[in-house]
Amino acid sequence: MSAVRTSRDASPGRRLGHAVIIVLASVFLGVFLLLPLASVFVEAFRQGVHAYLVSLHQPEALAAIRLTLLVAAIAVPLNLVFGIAAAWAMTRFEFRGKAALGALIDLPFSVSPVISGLVYVLLFGAQGWFGPWLAAHGVKIIFAVPGLVLATIFITLPFVARELIPLMQAQGSEEEEAARVLGANGWQMFLRVTLPNIRWALLYGVLLCNARAMGEFGAVSVVSGHIRGLTTTMPLEVEMRYNEYDYVGAFAIASLLALLALLTLAVKTFLEWRYSDEIAAHAPGGH
Amino acid sequence: MRKRVLPGFGISLGYALAYLGLIVLLPLAALAWKASGIGLHGLFRLLESPRTLAALKLSFGGALLAALLNVFIGLLVAWALVRYRFPGRRLLDALIDLPFALPTAVAGIALTALYAPNGWLGRWVVPMGIQVAYAPLGVLLAMVFVGFPFVVRTLQPVLQSLERDVEEAAESLGATRRQTFLRVILPLLVPTLLTGFALALARAVGEYGSVIFIAGNIPMRSEIAPLLIVQKLEEFNYAGAAALGVVMLAFSFILLLLIAVLQRWSRRWAERAA
Repeated sequence: MSAVRTSRDASPGRRLGHAVIIVLASVFLGVFLLLPLASVFVEAFRQGVHAYLVSLHQPEALAAIRLTLLVAAIAVPLNLVFGIAAAWAMTRFEFRGKAALGALIDLPFSVSPVISGLVYVLLFGAQGWFGPWLAAHGVKIIFAVPGLVLATIFITLPFVARELIPLMQAQGSEEEEAARVLGANGWQMFLRVTLPNIRWALLYGVLLCNARAMGEFGAVSVVSGHIRGLTTTMPLEVEMRYNEYDYVGAFAIASLLALLALLTLAVKTFLEWRYSDEIAAHAPGGH
Repeated sequence: MRKRVLPGFGISLGYALAYLGLIVLLPLAALAWKASGIGLHGLFRLLESPRTLAALKLSFGGALLAALLNVFIGLLVAWALVRYRFPGRRLLDALIDLPFALPTAVAGIALTALYAPNGWLGRWVVPMGIQVAYAPLGVLLAMVFVGFPFVVRTLQPVLQSLERDVEEAAESLGATRRQTFLRVILPLLVPTLLTGFALALARAVGEYGSVIFIAGNIPMRSEIAPLLIVQKLEEFNYAGAAALGVVMLAFSFILLLLIAVLQRWSRRWAERAA
């Protein structure tokens, strides 16, 4: 990396230019990013701590929190296993159609969340492909928890795979081959060589995957049916309260989600700083 | 061919393909199948509806404009973060990803609270005649917000690795600061800026959660295409919802393809210039 030019070795005119750029960027980030974040907490506590706590203690709020945790607890591990399998196949073997597979893994990132929910309604909804069969057998997917889980899996599918693929590509397979030659079986090789090599990248991918899974709104809103206490996750509960003009209640739940976002950013920044060579850092993925 | 030393090819690829098939391909096939139900005639009728056209125009026009704004703002911010050392720089750097981490519904209500007529910013801009909340400008603002990290994050590593000697050589040959930037640095950055532009665009086109609160969703004025899909679903017009979904996906893929072509050009151009 080239040395950073400090203001000291610059002419006064240039130093002014530097200052202008720094001030512009900082003011923009402050107004554009910090202010919305701050307003979440200010609005949540607008009527005091007591009102805040009361609105979080209502049964539908607690149900929404439980449901959000449940959906993430199913979706994230499934995408974790998929991510490892996809990255293993993509980085350790040569086969035809690899580029197409990579594009397919990235596909959910370029599909509107609303469409991600819509596709499952078309599969499992009342007028969908499997709708009549499901109805006849008394299985509910749309307007029920399985639909929320499916839509969340779709939205967060690329996160772990995208984090692992570049890293495992860069690491190469020599250590794993050596383990095999020395007599390790497949599991021993995976647990003692592969997993330790990718653990921080794995955690990084899971972190981003989880943040998105818990915060997803568009996709789950399409499949949820907004049944209070049963199919409303935290973001959906935010929407319902907001539309009912319960602003303190909406921002109270939003404040929990904002805390989750801050925690995610803190852990992410820590991982990038501490283990920068063991993760594919700053992968501009993940939205 | 050398015998494979590493195990698990069949099971890992098989599992990945089955998973992708069930989670991604099968549902998208259902979308295509349902959309084809309305036929070409139905598609034309859908696209003739002024309300649909206005929504598509807002979604794609807004997303293009938002991505363009993000290129300029992103360049400024990435430049400040990579080139200069100043107090608070690391904190600001960590904050860049906030729009990724903050759930969209939270961003949506927070932006609305800020820019509503009685909000912290709204009470200043509304008297000036600038209406952000419940207007197309609010849609644009939310789209800039959700796409913001892409340009910064794609630019940062490239700016970091940009050889300082190229600039110094240009300056020692008598180029002014502005000439160096416009003729030497910018051409090298164009492919990366296009990547960031494409990512921000793809994100903004389909964005729903952060937009619908601040948009006010006035038909023909501030209603985005994903919201129309939701409305069609609520009216149990599955075929119409699916068709609009396919139209949106087709438009986005054409746009992304065009950007990929532009990128190939600009890369060749940058290599020739270097």
